[in-house]
Amino acid sequence: MNALTQPGRWEKFFWPLLAAALLLSLWHYSVIWTATQVFPSPLSVEKGLAELLRKHVLWSDIGDSLRRVAIGFGTAAALGIPLGLMLGWYPAANQVLNPLLQILRPISPIAWIPIAIVLFGVGDHAAVFLVFLGAFFPIVVACVSGVSNVPSIFRRAGRNFGLSTAQILARVVFPAALPQILIGLRIALGISWLVVVAAEMIAVDSGLGYLVIDSRNSGKRYDLVVAAMLLIGLIGLALDVGFRRLEKIRSVRWGFGHES
Amino acid sequence: MSAEAGMSLPVRDVKLRMERVGMAFERDGKSVSVLEDINLDVSDGEFICLVGPSGCGKSTLLNLMGGFLAPTQGSVTIDNQVIRGPDPRRILVFQERGVFPWLTVEGNIGFGLAKLSRAERRERIDHYVQMVRLQGFEHTFPSDLSGGMQQRLQVARALAVNPDILYLDEPFGALDSITRLIMRGELLRIWQSEHRTIIFVTHDVDEAVQLADRVVVLSARPAKIQDVLTIGIPHPRNISSALYLEHRDDLLKRIGLAYTA
Amino acid sequence: MRLLVRLRPFAFIAVLLVIWQVAVKRHPAQLLPGPLGVVRGIGDLLLHGLLLKYVVASLFRVTWGFLLAAVIAIPLGLTIGWYRRSEMALSPLVQIFRPISPLAWIPIAILWFGVGDLAAIFLIFVGCFFPLMLTAMSAVHNIPAVYVNVGRNFGLSAANLVYRVLYPAVVPQLIIGSRITLGIAWLVVVAAEMIAVNSGLGFLIIDARNAGNRYDLVIAGMIIIGTIGLLLDLGMRSLERVKSFRWGYSED
Repeated sequence: MNALTQPGRWEKFFWPLLAAALLLSLWHYSVIWTATQVFPSPLSVEKGLAELLRKHVLWSDIGDSLRRVAIGFGTAAALGIPLGLMLGWYPAANQVLNPLLQILRPISPIAWIPIAIVLFGVGDHAAVFLVFLGAFFPIVVACVSGVSNVPSIFRRAGRNFGLSTAQILARVVFPAALPQILIGLRIALGISWLVVVAAEMIAVDSGLGYLVIDSRNSGKRYDLVVAAMLLIGLIGLALDVGFRRLEKIRSVRWGFGHES
Repeated sequence: MSAEAGMSLPVRDVKLRMERVGMAFERDGKSVSVLEDINLDVSDGEFICLVGPSGCGKSTLLNLMGGFLAPTQGSVTIDNQVIRGPDPRRILVFQERGVFPWLTVEGNIGFGLAKLSRAERRERIDHYVQMVRLQGFEHTFPSDLSGGMQQRLQVARALAVNPDILYLDEPFGALDSITRLIMRGELLRIWQSEHRTIIFVTHDVDEAVQLADRVVVLSARPAKIQDVLTIGIPHPRNISSALYLEHRDDLLKRIGLAYTA
Repeated sequence: MRLLVRLRPFAFIAVLLVIWQVAVKRHPAQLLPGPLGVVRGIGDLLLHGLLLKYVVASLFRVTWGFLLAAVIAIPLGLTIGWYRRSEMALSPLVQIFRPISPLAWIPIAILWFGVGDLAAIFLIFVGCFFPLMLTAMSAVHNIPAVYVNVGRNFGLSAANLVYRVLYPAVVPQLIIGSRITLGIAWLVVVAAEMIAVNSGLGFLIIDARNAGNRYDLVIAGMIIIGTIGLLLDLGMRSLERVKSFRWGYSED
């Protein structure tokens, strides 16, 4: 909005690279200057990363985390979208269920850990359950909101053309609400990624979150800790970018005016 | 009723002069020319309308006159000085969303009056609230005003700082036609009591003929000045009179839209 | 009739509670308590003065972490959002850091601050920083250019432009973003307290389980967490409704 001149295309790569380079050197030199014994420098993180890759532990950890996200998120979507559509369509149902949802929603999935362990024991299932909880509520809320924001003229047009309720839901309401539903899904995916890492730190024995905690506990390997953190960030970013690509598919794009 | 080159109006001082003004934008590496060779003199106190097809560059021209853009060719001078940017001596009234939603009517009108004493500011605000007939709404927020009232508020805010020139960019375009008719009357009334230079962009031919001293017709992009019509009818103009209809037909013909029976 | 309709959700919850209680009574051997047990647990906590102490501890950390993050991230975000080049430089970095769960920062937090309040506040700070910065950046983008142009037209200096146009224009969006971020902060504090400190509602949950399988206290803690989280959210929403802030929404 306030550029002196239009930035050139090359600048899209130049500035972030410059900022990253500055950050890395700042990191590197502050490690040297403070003569810290424990905090890793960029180079040691890189070496740590290579070590993880070599040991093949990394891939199974990444796989575990992603798998839990996939199952938890998938289940939350499979259950949450229909529920959200129903609640959005029948305001009476929404009115009944909403207070319960509003009370359950602010309870961090992490707070459910003891319950999850009681129900599922320590392990995969508990983590998946927590991911499910983390994703379920945002998805339902987004669906309800998406459906209620469908202009009523659309519904009336559907009736006008003689469609049954089920058909209206499927052919008019769902496509109309899709942009908002996708945004809700993307946010829920981000939350799922956060939750799985947290769950793995407390309730399971594998995965990237576990890697972070374990690297510290068994040997103060902070280089591995930071390496794992960066990986978590990059994978989370990849998930987000990938999902945004999905949003850009033509038939859905009409809903996104000026999405950043 | 004759088309003139726009430079031979006698009597009043030239307020704004555009000499060989051109404007080109960079888009995807290519240079797109929007305006070419614009030459126009506007006299002090004149009411000018800019008319032309949609997208031809009328708003760009207005922004150049206001100093929000710098021309890629030629120069824009006001009072014989090349303009260098926006200035409170020439205020632009926008088509939509121009008023600040976080300020009341009073707050908006008083926006440019920070340098005045409290008493003076109070007086000015009251004067312009009366002028645009928004009495009783001083403490109302724009979100509670109709579209027409918001535009009146914008005009009041603009006038309150005593600008030399008022630019209006299709200010009534978002209003329904009845409100539009009323607003035209209001604007004329205000203009006649304050006698500022007004430059008014519109795509509505009737609006131009009803309001303007002169109508500048722009061609399609890249826009040049195609014609300048002088409307010699004194105000108030009877929109059913033969003279009015003649001017209107002439303008339509020049824009290329008149039907010949 | 109206009253009956409004009572429906509570009736629904009451039915769920009854089902829960019955289910627990039928399986007396397992660990989870019924609703009555939970209520007794809450009473227990109140009696020992622990409830208030833990709630205050958690709120204290949230407040400090959130405010610190707001004071730094919002002006930073507004500035970055304003200058296109700075955004081009920093946005990719922010996008990489944002998906890193604040909890992944725990080892570093403990390394730098040891186990205790500061570590928890740091984690909340990290959890709030990026969302707030992104909100501020987005808010700046969404300022209609009209407002800025009007400000320039009226001859406002740069400082006045920021103070009289930029700031009022971004406040509504900042409040919405703050509400969402406060929700995140509340989630983070609970998790942080389970790992990195020795007081607070998160600690209550973990401790109640570890020191004697007091699942009634666990669930009591969960419900209190949910309630306070809800109250925080409602509180922020009523802030949004304050008239002088409303101007951001009534426009559309």
